[in-house]
Amino acid sequence: MDEAKKKSLTKMALRVRMGAIEGVFHAKSGHPGGSLSVADVLTYLYFEEMKVDPQKPHWKDRDRCVLSKGHAAPALYATLANRGFFSVDLLKTLRKIDSILQGHPNMKQVPGIDMSTGSLGQGISTAVGMALSAKTSEDSYRVYTVLGDGELGEGQVWEAAMFASAKKLDNLVAVIDNNNLQIDGSLEEVNSPYPIPEKFQAFGWHTIEIFGHDFDQIEAAFQEARTVKGKPTVIIARTVKGKGVSYMENNFIWHGQAPGQDLYEQAMKELGEQLAGLED
Amino acid sequence: MADVKKIATRDSYGEALVELGAQNPDMIVLDADLAHATKTLAFQKAYPDRFFNCGIAEQNMMSIAAGIAATGKLVFASTFAMFAAGRAYEQVRNSIGYPHLPVKIGATHGGLSVGEDGASHQCCEDFALMRAIPGMTVICPADYVEAKKAVLAAAKHDGPVYFRFGRLAVPVLFNENDYSFELGKGILLGEGKDVTIVATGLMVGEAIAAREQLKNEGISARLINMPTIKPIDREILVAAARETGAIVTTEEHSIIGGLGGAVAETLSGICPVPIIRHGVEDEFGHSGPALEVLKHYGLTAEKIVAQAKQAIALKNS
Repeated sequence: MDEAKKKSLTKMALRVRMGAIEGVFHAKSGHPGGSLSVADVLTYLYFEEMKVDPQKPHWKDRDRCVLSKGHAAPALYATLANRGFFSVDLLKTLRKIDSILQGHPNMKQVPGIDMSTGSLGQGISTAVGMALSAKTSEDSYRVYTVLGDGELGEGQVWEAAMFASAKKLDNLVAVIDNNNLQIDGSLEEVNSPYPIPEKFQAFGWHTIEIFGHDFDQIEAAFQEARTVKGKPTVIIARTVKGKGVSYMENNFIWHGQAPGQDLYEQAMKELGEQLAGLED
Repeated sequence: MADVKKIATRDSYGEALVELGAQNPDMIVLDADLAHATKTLAFQKAYPDRFFNCGIAEQNMMSIAAGIAATGKLVFASTFAMFAAGRAYEQVRNSIGYPHLPVKIGATHGGLSVGEDGASHQCCEDFALMRAIPGMTVICPADYVEAKKAVLAAAKHDGPVYFRFGRLAVPVLFNENDYSFELGKGILLGEGKDVTIVATGLMVGEAIAAREQLKNEGISARLINMPTIKPIDREILVAAARETGAIVTTEEHSIIGGLGGAVAETLSGICPVPIIRHGVEDEFGHSGPALEVLKHYGLTAEKIVAQAKQAIALKNS
């Protein structure tokens, strides 16, 4: 990837992070940790990988993305807003009584959301349904789904994994946001899903392991996925929970709580400084 | 009734799917390893490229159906009622119900008439579960003709629909040429002034027999067939309550939360009259030949007659 493109994506991912923090702070609730860890992957998906048109969110031939880890909605909303699906001003209304930005994504209200999610394990199955539908009518769009690593505890994920490889859905790419922390602690402490690649390989998937905050690796992974035939691809993206905000990084207490005024200001300052450092 | 033709509503469902498949070249049918029993096999044979067996994974199947519906295609998902409404409840609620995706759920083997398989497979809670999901339409056809017309009609409905079909062959009650199904409408099967019987599914046949018995005893019972349990036909219920003053509901379902619950909820705030809910009491079923199981649990015309008399006594007390 050339430096200009990488810089542009890095800056956009910082804006996405700031939008997510903005939303969670004003809502006084939400999930900042997993929003920050998945921000780079979502930025790459919506700004580089996927064929979408913000003016035509229901365009029939668009690529689809299902955020199976629906609690990372603040990051998805910030991504969609920056991509032009709706005004970034709306981000501050997250979780408010009269807002379209529900605590978890609602496809009926928000332009650009391809599936309502929030209950873990279901999003990947709906993405499988979309990919199957595309195959049935020979449509060329691709389907992406982003899961949490703790989400792998849901049995439905493995039902979906088994079905997707049985039906040879090579138009489907799943990304695991492997930040190694879930709501009650580390994955190992709660109920380890490891080893993740071997499990997906056993289920018949092509697997790619990357560092999920490196746009070169993210791009290479999605490009490799396009070359895989006859099986779905899973990208296991090792990430840092709370990435970009010093006090949130690798601290599971920031899975599901909002920062107060001082910590909010600190988070925005840190992210703002990173952004300023990239300005020419 | 030895000479009456009997067909299971699940057979009708299979035939309707094949008809719909011809009209809708994009339509997809999913099953969870029960295609022989749910009768989706008929669709699989006719359109093998548009049929997918999801294996024994009902939760995944329901969410897959949601994904297919989100791409704009007509999709049916089938398994037994126990697993459609029970096992996959939360997928139906969150993947299908919340985004109001027009998935049609064809649930077969509902109620006690599953028979020999026993309590683990006899779902008498599906109306209650599905009815509680906002925007979900719930349909329980009484016979072959009604089942087919209901499926064809509901395929055009822009929202999720839960169908409950039966395993047991039941009498064909209606004439294909003059029966018309309208979503959300009850059907008056017989006038009456002393009491109204509201029946759904295979209890409609029993209710017809009960009305005859009551007539022989000088009691005039109105009979309403209620294939759509949600949205329920308020108009026909309110008129029945006002004009007959007493109601008996009858269904192959728990007396908690099903047709009886829907009728009681509807009338309590508009025209409260005595309502006796006839169905499966708060208990599990057990194994046995279907007709013997139904008799054991009192799902018979005789019991409806007794309940109708009780409703009239309450009205007059």
